[in-house]
Amino acid sequence: MCTTHTISILVEHKPGVLQKVTGLFSRRGFNIESITVGSSEIENLARMVIVVYADNKGLEQVKKQLNKLVDVIKIQELHSNSSVKRELCLIKVQTKDSKARTEVFQYTDVFRCNIVDVCDNSVTIEVIGHPNKINAFIKLLKHYGIKKIARTGPTAVARGSAN
Amino acid sequence: MNGGEAILKALKEQDVDTIFGYPGGSVIPLYDSLYDDDLRHILVRHEQCAVHAAEGYARASGKVGVCLATSGPGATNLVTGIADANMDSTPLVAITGQVNLSAIGNDAFQEADMIGISMPVTKHSYQITNVDSIPSIVKSSFDIAKSGRPGPVLIDFPKEMQQGELSKYETTLIETPGYNPTLKGNIKQVTKSIDLIKKASNPIILAGGGVIISGASEQLAKFAKTINAPVVTTLMGKGAVPEDDDYALGMLGMHGRLVANKNINKSDLLIAIGCRFSDRTTGKIDEFIPNAKVIHIDVDPAEIGKNVDVDIPIVGDAFNVLKMFNDKLTKYEPNPNSIKWLDELKAKKTKFSLKTNYDTTPLMPQTVISEISESLTEDSIVTTDVGLHQMFAAHYLNVNKPRKFISSGGLGTMGYGFPAAIGAKVACEDDPVIAICGDGGFLMVSQELATIQSYDLPIIITILDNRKLGMVYQWQNLLYNKRLSQTDLGTVPDFVKLAESYGINGVNITKPGETKEVIKNAIKDNEAILLNIDIQKDEFLPMVPPGAAIEEVIGEYNFVDESLSNEDAAK
Ligand SMILES: Cc1ncc(C[n+]2csc(CCOP(=O)(O)OP(=O)(O)O)c2C)c(N)n1
Repeated sequence: MCTTHTISILVEHKPGVLQKVTGLFSRRGFNIESITVGSSEIENLARMVIVVYADNKGLEQVKKQLNKLVDVIKIQELHSNSSVKRELCLIKVQTKDSKARTEVFQYTDVFRCNIVDVCDNSVTIEVIGHPNKINAFIKLLKHYGIKKIARTGPTAVARGSAN
Repeated sequence: MNGGEAILKALKEQDVDTIFGYPGGSVIPLYDSLYDDDLRHILVRHEQCAVHAAEGYARASGKVGVCLATSGPGATNLVTGIADANMDSTPLVAITGQVNLSAIGNDAFQEADMIGISMPVTKHSYQITNVDSIPSIVKSSFDIAKSGRPGPVLIDFPKEMQQGELSKYETTLIETPGYNPTLKGNIKQVTKSIDLIKKASNPIILAGGGVIISGASEQLAKFAKTINAPVVTTLMGKGAVPEDDDYALGMLGMHGRLVANKNINKSDLLIAIGCRFSDRTTGKIDEFIPNAKVIHIDVDPAEIGKNVDVDIPIVGDAFNVLKMFNDKLTKYEPNPNSIKWLDELKAKKTKFSLKTNYDTTPLMPQTVISEISESLTEDSIVTTDVGLHQMFAAHYLNVNKPRKFISSGGLGTMGYGFPAAIGAKVACEDDPVIAICGDGGFLMVSQELATIQSYDLPIIITILDNRKLGMVYQWQNLLYNKRLSQTDLGTVPDFVKLAESYGINGVNITKPGETKEVIKNAIKDNEAILLNIDIQKDEFLPMVPPGAAIEEVIGEYNFVDESLSNEDAAK
């Protein structure tokens, strides 16, 4: 049975590595749902967090194949109950009249988001949180008319003392 | 010292004695350095043959093969061979010229993104962006190419890096923290496996190319004899154990030997060593070894559990792991049932001997292969191309030593056999080398006749000439309603004249006995020769159709004992 899995990969921070990793997924027939890359706590190493849709056997194979890449140092699967997952999303939403604007402002408060830009007939909101929270917020704003959404895709780390 | 000189020095520090290559604009500086160097360079006549020759060299010697090509088209001509080496775990370092660093990305003349193009088919790759790193990059490339599961490494070498002066020639270790193959097996898994082996009545060993790569043949023979298990092999595993020995049942698979194919599914324990359960070996995977527990030994953890579910995985080098088994099995008493099982299979192996001595003309491929077999010395190396002749060779030729049968397995690359023979001959000068080719595949690389003539390489080329793309022609006949689309090669060229035009002796073979005689003489005289052997175009090798279970062989064999039929082998 296919489900989404989040894997965190520590890689050498150099050109071509992203291509190697993503190429491996597509070559082996796996779809990446999202991918984030940035530097890690170790100099010269980057961390990628990839969300992939696969069954357990496929996931095993992906992890093993990733491990074979010389530039991949470490792979860890992050389970939802033992990890923290966060995503950043910017939403530009229409605010046709002052009523709409007030409501949007209120929702923004409730969801503990930030208004990062305002103009005559739209506002841009920054939402940070679990992808589910972002989905919920987007749903709420839909009927005001969403002009643009830009999501980073989630990044994640294991909780507490789990390494 | 400039970059060109540095790379040659670094190659020699890696014990390289020969490289195969073809020059061009962006490697002129490197070839200029080569001009004064004692490193041997074999000038092939097409880059694809440089890489196949390097593969043949590697497979015959166990060393890393090295090939060299210019940027752009020269480099892209290497891709097929790099992919071939990747599939067959052949240690290879491919060096490609590249346009100047400053020009990269501008679609400069003969620019191709080789790192990008080769990425899916290499084990690793480097681009040289600093002349001082050359010695270290070469060392790291060799370390990666030959360790763990071997494979191809590409070094992309921009032109100005070849000309640039090194501030200091120094080899430092390039850290690869993400690369540490597990070579030693886990002793607990070995112990657990021995318990399974003790209980097994019908154990069977499937040996792949990994056994040959790790030099584990003797350990395997000892192990098989101790636990009383027959051995079947993949195509890549041919020669892992002496195929003349009675417990060696030969190749399993789509064109596998009957006794192997018809009995593997009776096993209750399969011990797979250094193989990857390709579809060509297993047939329909859901119906493969339905009652067997599986122990899988492989240096590449990604192969374990990929195609076949495994009961006991053992990650490690085949030699190390088999030695661990043998050390623990010194006083082992085999399961009495397994003795019976092996005796039955040994008897079947003899009983189902195949008929080879036909006196028909055009010649039967079986007859030709068995004549080749009879003319070989113990040390002879056989390379094959890809097609029906390859399968006839794999089926009818007994290989008794590792590294003596060299064939393109995973990628199935036509045009492989002849250049691989060149590489094998360069690696093993004293061993006779025979290339078994089809007329189609030979024509893809026939220009290399010039190479063997220039370097005086006494290679014996046998062309099993059916004027068809035989393998495809067989499929069309058996599986596509005899719709013979585009598989007729006509009658061009005259291969003997072709050879002669390159200054190589050629001979047309039409009668039984001639193949053997000509090859024996060629070996004795240490002479290059091309045998154009006129074979039956409609003689097919029985096969397991794609998608069918491994025992579902279509096509009847002719046995020495004429009262036997295929089905008897299952009984
Ligand atoms: C480069 C390449 N192209 C196409 C094929 C597909 N193919 C496999 S076997 C074969 C026929 C080979 O014919 P020939 O070399 O005459 O050998 P035969 O099968 O007749 O022994 C073909 C076309 C291949 N394996 N490799």
